[in-house]
Amino acid sequence: MLKAKHKTGLVFFPAFDWAISPTHPEREERLLYTRDQIVEEGLLDIDGIVELKAGVIDPIDVQRVHFCVPDIGSIMTESHFISAGGAKTVGCAVMEKKIEKGFALVRPPGHHSMRVAHGGRGFCNVNNEAIMIEQLRAAYGIDRVAIVDTDCHHGDGTQDIYWHDPDTLCISIHQDGRTLYPGSGFVDEFGGPTAAGATLNIPLPPYTSEEGFLYVVNNVVLPVLEEFKPDLIVNSAGQDNHFTDPLTNMNFSAQGYADLTRLLNPDIAVLEGGYSIEGALPYVNLGLILAMAGIDYSNVKEPDYDFERLRQSAEVTGAIKKICGEVMDVWNNRHAIRKQMCSNQDTAERRRNVFYDTAGINEFQHETLNICSKCGGVLKIDSSADTGSHILAIHIPKKACDKCKKTGRQWYETADTGRYEMIMMQDRPEDRFLVRTAS
Amino acid sequence: MASMIIGLDVGGTHTDVILAGENGLVNRAKVLTDTSDLFGTILTGLDRITADVRPEDISHAVLSTTLTTNAIVTNNLHRAGMIVCAGPGISVDAFKICDDFHVVDGAIDHSGREIKGLNEGQIRAAASQLQEKGIDCVGVACKFSTRNPAHELKIAEIISPMFERVFIGHRISGNFNFPRRIATTFLNASVYPVHKAFFNAVQSSLVKRGLTMPIYILKADGGTMDFKTSIDFPGQSILSGPAASVMGSVPFADTDAETLVLDIGGTTTDMAVLVNGVPLLAPEGIELNGYKTLIRALKTMSVGLGGDSFVRVDGENIIIGPERRGPAMAYGGDAPTTPTDALFVLGKAAGGDKDAAARGINGIAEKLGVSVTAAAYRVFDQTCRQILENARQMVDMINSRPVYTVREALKGRRINPDRLLMLGGPAPYFADHIQSISDYKVKTVPHWDVANAIGTALSRTTCEVTLFADTSKRVATAPAERFSESIGSGFDLRAATDMALTLLKDKALSQGADVKDLETDLLESLAFNQVRNFHLVGKTIRVRVQVRPGLVHNHEAIVRHLER
Ligand SMILES: [Zn+2]
Ligand SMILES: [Zn+2]
Repeated sequence: MLKAKHKTGLVFFPAFDWAISPTHPEREERLLYTRDQIVEEGLLDIDGIVELKAGVIDPIDVQRVHFCVPDIGSIMTESHFISAGGAKTVGCAVMEKKIEKGFALVRPPGHHSMRVAHGGRGFCNVNNEAIMIEQLRAAYGIDRVAIVDTDCHHGDGTQDIYWHDPDTLCISIHQDGRTLYPGSGFVDEFGGPTAAGATLNIPLPPYTSEEGFLYVVNNVVLPVLEEFKPDLIVNSAGQDNHFTDPLTNMNFSAQGYADLTRLLNPDIAVLEGGYSIEGALPYVNLGLILAMAGIDYSNVKEPDYDFERLRQSAEVTGAIKKICGEVMDVWNNRHAIRKQMCSNQDTAERRRNVFYDTAGINEFQHETLNICSKCGGVLKIDSSADTGSHILAIHIPKKACDKCKKTGRQWYETADTGRYEMIMMQDRPEDRFLVRTAS
Repeated sequence: MASMIIGLDVGGTHTDVILAGENGLVNRAKVLTDTSDLFGTILTGLDRITADVRPEDISHAVLSTTLTTNAIVTNNLHRAGMIVCAGPGISVDAFKICDDFHVVDGAIDHSGREIKGLNEGQIRAAASQLQEKGIDCVGVACKFSTRNPAHELKIAEIISPMFERVFIGHRISGNFNFPRRIATTFLNASVYPVHKAFFNAVQSSLVKRGLTMPIYILKADGGTMDFKTSIDFPGQSILSGPAASVMGSVPFADTDAETLVLDIGGTTTDMAVLVNGVPLLAPEGIELNGYKTLIRALKTMSVGLGGDSFVRVDGENIIIGPERRGPAMAYGGDAPTTPTDALFVLGKAAGGDKDAAARGINGIAEKLGVSVTAAAYRVFDQTCRQILENARQMVDMINSRPVYTVREALKGRRINPDRLLMLGGPAPYFADHIQSISDYKVKTVPHWDVANAIGTALSRTTCEVTLFADTSKRVATAPAERFSESIGSGFDLRAATDMALTLLKDKALSQGADVKDLETDLLESLAFNQVRNFHLVGKTIRVRVQVRPGLVHNHEAIVRHLER
């Protein structure tokens, strides 16, 4: 009889009745064959693997993370509530020790969703992992969290949300942004002044195969995790690095994903992208679940898998080693970098455009961070979009010092409602979300 | 006019037999089950109820037997062999269900595509080894055979001449789950001889007694199957006992409410849920003695808590069950005591040895330092509360079942039964108290002690059909029904549903259904756009339909009289 070494909980929510559009990659059919494979393998009958029912999140769960413009109802459909709810269910079950490990096999995905959300980006509307993590922080008092994003696309949404948070380590492993959406995720994107080095990007050349991914895990991810000592490891488990994925150019495999999962040993995994719905997802998900549960996965192989044919070139291997070296330099020098970035400055500003490809919206952001030696610092974002929306978003971090709390609340009270359609505040120390308008 | 029905439920202790007609219960009998001569037991029961009845007045008989169930529970299985092919995925060694388990080359993927062909020589070699060991019943199961049965069929074709009987996975169930398919096929092969012997014995002796009416067996899903068809699906007779009781409660359930059914027996209490009078099905299939199968079954939960449960004291606490150490002291058992003894002390039950019961309860009373009556009350009260607590857990379990669509998730199909139907020997003694300590509206089923046999008699024929359609491949298939038909590109969910319902009705009629009993349900209906290289190439459609478990159409006349 098969028995899981680690009791593993699974939320499976394939949203068989939800699509972005009828022929969009993010459509009803996406997890159908994965379900067929999982059911046919009898995975849910294995002693120590349990299926949990996806719960639904509350508005406050979203508001801890996102400023939805103009409101939650305009950004999220029911499916987004259940998808994020699936992640929350798994997270709570792990915290309450009902399961050792959890995997939320849910759609739609979320890792391209940033703190301010005017619409959908890269098939994502809200960030499932961040919503889960902030809910777990609010409910269970956990502190340090590591997110390892193994989707082929740069997890720019997650990066944005945690850009200024020194207690959340965001590592994204992805195909080089010069060759793939969203075009970001380079080594020199390593977080804001108070949190530099807590964001690490590992852009990999096209045609990276098992060898390359496992090199990154062994030589960057594991040593960094060892030092960061997170209370919780979350894997944004995108599966579009697969050699059959229609949107990307990588050569990863089901065996490779399973090995990566075994090495990474995440507490929680949340499905992200992956659009080879017949050739990859059934096998990658099977391998991933078996690896989490600690069950032999050596026989999980795609029909078209050929180790030799998929092997990466020597150039690719060389490039990966070089990138890993650069990333470790950032990590090892993070304290010095923070010191240098913060010196002689009271504030740090970022001005940038954000394009919502799924929704077709352009946004301009002006972000101001209060540099603080006692905490991550309070920040405000002046955000205007070509939808006509113009808002001010204020974020007081959960561990903000008294001074930063005061500053944030002052910003909120004194901002000009004539200028902004809405003034919104995430007051995380009080776990509340406030909105002020002219009327 | 032939209008009477025989219901016969062979239980572990008693065999209950009833004859029901338009005037209600015509005859009823309870005979002790002689496990060494089940056949004699059945005939005795039949004789008792048909003595003064003309054979031509009996329309049909339905049997519920524990023969196959017992064979599995007691590990008395006929030695059967398995030939399986799996391909990539979880290593098939984990599913080695018996010693004579042969894995052969070959693989089909989730889309039904052959990834690796069969090796005929290897199959013949495996079959020869089975033959040399004297094995005569073999099961064949392949991964994804319900998507493409070619490998299972080919293996069966090769080995069939070498064995008395070969059971083929996809024929028994059209549903996914390879390990369960292996177990289901294996159990069918393993209980075949015992079921066949039972079939032959029943047939010949009925003929001897001039009874020639059609015979059905009850299945675990609360439906019946023509006795002859059951020879091809002997596993369908497994675990029909709990289903018999559930079906016995159905006539008395409100059709516009959710009802919990509690069948209180000597050793266990079996629980089930009726939604608008229809029993809920288990999502996958029967689980018995470690075997997880694809055999359709009603959702039932059995807890070790009954009239004969072993009662003892641990510190300040009374412990009841889960084991049974013999009959109640009131019925001649030697110590220890049981909840039934508490009923005697409290004056709720009669017809046994009240003094013996009191002696038993006294042992409990002394340890607790209370009076005998107080101890009896505590045992009785706690039994009721534990039953209720288990019922609550079952409802929670059903409500925590995952759903896969936004629509279902939002609808939040939570059940919340507000009434209880009780049956089984001690049912009426418990009913009042359970009502008083809970919010349920409690009712005891008429003829509660033979309600299982009544349920057996009144059940209708049920079956299930799964249909796959793929408009890009232009084909609709239902492998379990040996069905494959070409379809047009405009074939849609509606057409698929119609096709599945037609197959379902044909199947039900061929398994003995009355044309008036074909009440059907759509269990699953999914249609997906298939997009390849960003182009819509067709639709993939899944439809699963069933004949709903329920009672034969003319049950109302019979039931009206039962309620008096
Ligand atoms: Zn992606
Ligand atoms: Zn501060």
